[in-house]
Amino acid sequence: MASQREADLSKFVEPDRVRKEVYTDAAIFEREMERIHETVWIYCGHESQVPKAGDYCQVQIGRQPMIMVRGKDKKVNLLYNRCPHRDNMIVGDRKGNTGDQFRCSYHAWTFHHDGKLKNIPMMESGYAGTRLNKDSPELCVKKAARVESYRGFVFASLAASGPSLKDFLGESIVAFDDMCDRAPEGEVEVVPNCFRVIQHSNWKFFMENQIDALHPSVTHQSTGRAAHEVEKILAKKAKAGEALSYHMLSAFATVTIDKWDNFQTINYPHGHCILTGYMGLRPQDPDTLAYDKVMIKAYGKKRFEEIVGVNIHHVLVYPGLSVQSPLQQLRAVRPLGVDRTLTEIWHFRLKGAPEPIYRRSLAYYNLVNSPATLINADDLENFWKCHTGLSSDGGDWVSFARHHGHDIEKDGHVESAPNQGTSEAPMRNQMKAWAEFMR
Amino acid sequence: MKAQHDVEQFLYRQAECLDTKNWQGWIDLFAADGIYWMPPDASYKTWDGQPAIFAEDKNLMTVRMLRVLHPDAWSQRPLWETNHVVSNVVIRKVAKNGDIEVTSRFHMMELRRDDVRHFAGSYFHKLKKTKKGYAIKLQRVDMTNAQAAYDYVLQVWV
Repeated sequence: MASQREADLSKFVEPDRVRKEVYTDAAIFEREMERIHETVWIYCGHESQVPKAGDYCQVQIGRQPMIMVRGKDKKVNLLYNRCPHRDNMIVGDRKGNTGDQFRCSYHAWTFHHDGKLKNIPMMESGYAGTRLNKDSPELCVKKAARVESYRGFVFASLAASGPSLKDFLGESIVAFDDMCDRAPEGEVEVVPNCFRVIQHSNWKFFMENQIDALHPSVTHQSTGRAAHEVEKILAKKAKAGEALSYHMLSAFATVTIDKWDNFQTINYPHGHCILTGYMGLRPQDPDTLAYDKVMIKAYGKKRFEEIVGVNIHHVLVYPGLSVQSPLQQLRAVRPLGVDRTLTEIWHFRLKGAPEPIYRRSLAYYNLVNSPATLINADDLENFWKCHTGLSSDGGDWVSFARHHGHDIEKDGHVESAPNQGTSEAPMRNQMKAWAEFMR
Repeated sequence: MKAQHDVEQFLYRQAECLDTKNWQGWIDLFAADGIYWMPPDASYKTWDGQPAIFAEDKNLMTVRMLRVLHPDAWSQRPLWETNHVVSNVVIRKVAKNGDIEVTSRFHMMELRRDDVRHFAGSYFHKLKKTKKGYAIKLQRVDMTNAQAAYDYVLQVWV
């Protein structure tokens, strides 16, 4: 539907429903890559992925293959993965160390870590009298227009102007504060490497599903029931500690639909969302108590209570980041095409926290987020079924009407009403932001 | 020669359990403290405290089995079949008590709806000799595909 390239997309989004083409139309996808993903702040990675000078990894921002690289000056740069000569990718490996310089594999042009040209073979003899000389800006590897880091989390924007990272994140910045504050040293580091899973659907399904508080008890019923059965057997054997990781799974079945309404979503400008309410609450097992002790020593009792009292289940940073800060998990969404999406799923270690705390969130990481996940298998199945269903002529609209009209607007954000945590307010908020970006 | 034959028969039986969806039979091949482990890449030395694609004791295996058998395991509803071929079976170590370490190679073809996927790699089995035959202490699965992005996920053991 190429005619929609310039179409007024605002009529595709109504307060409680969205036209199906928003998910399936290839021209709309191109436009959202241009106006959203290649414009706003996109999460690239964590600084601990590239600790040494020359360390790099590939990152996809919208349709742009990029390189995140640490320079000798310790600065993290974001470069377009493209040699200015013949457009050859500068690096072909997903990650590595490039040494003192990047060297193109095609004609041996070399570049500094910040993209500046270092040398071209035959620079003097080959380029004398041409439009190019070694100071020509077009002979440098292009850099992302803006790069900013917050508590070790690196973001880039490919647009030269726009809000600062902090202004863009707004209240959703709590995702990174909550994660880092839970570390006695106030910092986290990545646990190498990330899991990467491809879903056969538009990227927006992932973002909508993450804070859809109604779906777990339906979609994940089978895993919840299975975990609950095993949990009961273990409880009989009086291995309560061992059962904790199963509890994370069994909650999907044992927390009934009406209880999910006890959650609350708070929805912010730019499409961000916070889902409050945390299933694990505050366990009192010996491992947690040992952690509490280390934390109190680091922060003092008052600040400690504030930190562990932050009641967050998920933070969505629009358009492509889902952070579960109390469990130190982060999922970055990389659209590959209108109907294909890659998620990179990372786990972080709380610096200075006792080992059992790392192991607890690791268990969640492996069970929920590994490519052998007991949870996402059913989500991905739904996403594929949704995307395929959208090609049907059985209807033109996707509905987000649950609890519509009941949300509470205040101070520039929108809250789901009390006991309406399953409100589709986050989807309405995401689509409202989408329409604004796409204008 | 007998050990080679016995071990090969054991590995074939394990593969057959998967391909015939005899999940309980597959779990029963593990020792009480047995572990099924698939590391994210070949560099991992232990499953303990590390990211893992699978790192399952018998309890977790049972969760996985019960999930797959549940009528509401939506993603398991479509047509789904696998075919394992196991080969290159080499005994690496035999202890005096008959415990054995063996490596092999596998190739698995999976059909799900209209899609075919191929998985291949190596098995490392640490087997305990019991009166009833071998029991798996540790099965390490190094899948050649492990480092690539997963097009969809793995629902059952490979």
